[in-house]
Amino acid sequence: MQLKVKNLTVSYDKIKALHGISFSLNQGEIVTIIGANGAGKSTTLRAISRMLPCEANSKIEFMGEDILKYSTDKVVSKLGISHVPEGRMIFGNLTITENLTLACFARKNKNKIKKDKKWVFDLFPRLEERKDQLAGTLSGGEQQMLAVSRAYMSGKKIMLLDEPSMGLAPILMLDMFNSLKEINKLGTTILLVEQNARLALKFAQRGYVLENGNLVLKGNSKDLLKDPKVKQAYLGA
Amino acid sequence: MDYFFQNLINALQWGSFYAVISIGYSMVYGVLMLFNFAHGDIFMVGTYIGFGIATLLLALFSAIMPGWLIFIFTVVITMFLASFVGVFVEIVGYRPLRKAPRASAAITGLMIGIIFETGNLILLGAQRLSFPPLIKSISYNFKGIYFTNVKIMIVVISLLLMLLLHTFIQKTKWGMAMRAMSYDFLAVPLMGVSINVIAPLTFALGAGLASVAGILYGQAYPVLDPYMGVLLGWKAFVAAILGGRGSIMGAALAGYMLGFIEIFVAMVFPSTFRDLIAYSIILIILTFRPRGFFGMAHSTSLRL
Repeated sequence: MQLKVKNLTVSYDKIKALHGISFSLNQGEIVTIIGANGAGKSTTLRAISRMLPCEANSKIEFMGEDILKYSTDKVVSKLGISHVPEGRMIFGNLTITENLTLACFARKNKNKIKKDKKWVFDLFPRLEERKDQLAGTLSGGEQQMLAVSRAYMSGKKIMLLDEPSMGLAPILMLDMFNSLKEINKLGTTILLVEQNARLALKFAQRGYVLENGNLVLKGNSKDLLKDPKVKQAYLGA
Repeated sequence: MDYFFQNLINALQWGSFYAVISIGYSMVYGVLMLFNFAHGDIFMVGTYIGFGIATLLLALFSAIMPGWLIFIFTVVITMFLASFVGVFVEIVGYRPLRKAPRASAAITGLMIGIIFETGNLILLGAQRLSFPPLIKSISYNFKGIYFTNVKIMIVVISLLLMLLLHTFIQKTKWGMAMRAMSYDFLAVPLMGVSINVIAPLTFALGAGLASVAGILYGQAYPVLDPYMGVLLGWKAFVAAILGGRGSIMGAALAGYMLGFIEIFVAMVFPSTFRDLIAYSIILIILTFRPRGFFGMAHSTSLRL
């Protein structure tokens, strides 16, 4: 197991957002956590990348190593766990190239950085066309491409993706998921949280269902897609 | 007309002091969204460090080194040492309060300032010190306009420093990180960038610049006292606000503007009225432009 989350509990002030959830990722997998708005999906990702503190008995391990002793920047730069946050959070006052350069802040190997940059530009040619443009002037879809590229360049062992489909036209959504598959083919494990459950389950191999801060169901995506409860609650059928 | 150009040079000189100091406020605000109210006193400490280094170098090397070379060494060594003062203030004063309400951080800044002032008083006593002249002052008369090489040097070095800072912020990855912080500080750690690197770096740059301003100030007005940073610091802070919070370019421009307003007010009115009228003008400008010249909307909610 590459990533092991055990009894993860997170509270905002006194309100519990996650009630001790446990799940795991294997190397190279695509796993999704689906759930409604406010179920705790983003909270889960933020806890893993240490943007949020979690409560005492929570455990998050990466390759057997305790993540909780690291700060956010070290989770990214040392462990290679990148995070595409909700709302993308690209730096609008920086150009695309600068956004990508910043993502390599802690990396030393210049040749590898160059190679990675070329690779993401091949994956998203639109970004290369606009590489000297301020990121704030990009369309929503392009911003999402940049957010994914940036995350890939900052750390590529695991990529945490928070609603990459949000705000995208259906055709762009499919493009985006195809690009994510390309990233996954190179060995990056993907943990995806999505409200668009059908898309997420078609994309992922395994899935978890998060409800009010509890994981209520888990299984292969195919089985979840057929599960009557999932169908009724999340697939609108 | 001669009188006008005479004052223009004075305005540029004072504008240079304000600009170089106010950039320190703006950078810190841009990166951490707090005003470092200790900055005026960091300027004071920097000036004293410059004084110490200059005195030391003069005692050791005045026989074998020309004044300008000692001046350059003084600037470089002082910048280096003063930047640690900035880092110290960040780590001891502000880092523990990063998640505290902004008012606490503001008060901390004021208290650090008082500690620096009184600490200096205890260490060096109340008598004023005199900054040793490193550059021999030469007066020129250009068609009735008098100016000195020191004044020109102050303006040139200040502009050069600001240009260097601009290049640093535009071209290096640290500069990119600083700019990114001003846009969205929450996303910066996700790039593998530690805020505990960028924040002290910002303070170090601000303190380094302020210390050079101090040395230049010492060359023009050689009297040092522990409270010298208070008024100059507040005026530079006004320039930082006038320029637009977090805008380095704005702070520099507003610094020069402040210099111009002060000098030209004094040209027309009695000099005792200078600050009263100059700052009333600035108050009026801010009434109509509360964000300052280049104040920008932040993507994250304002914390002060």
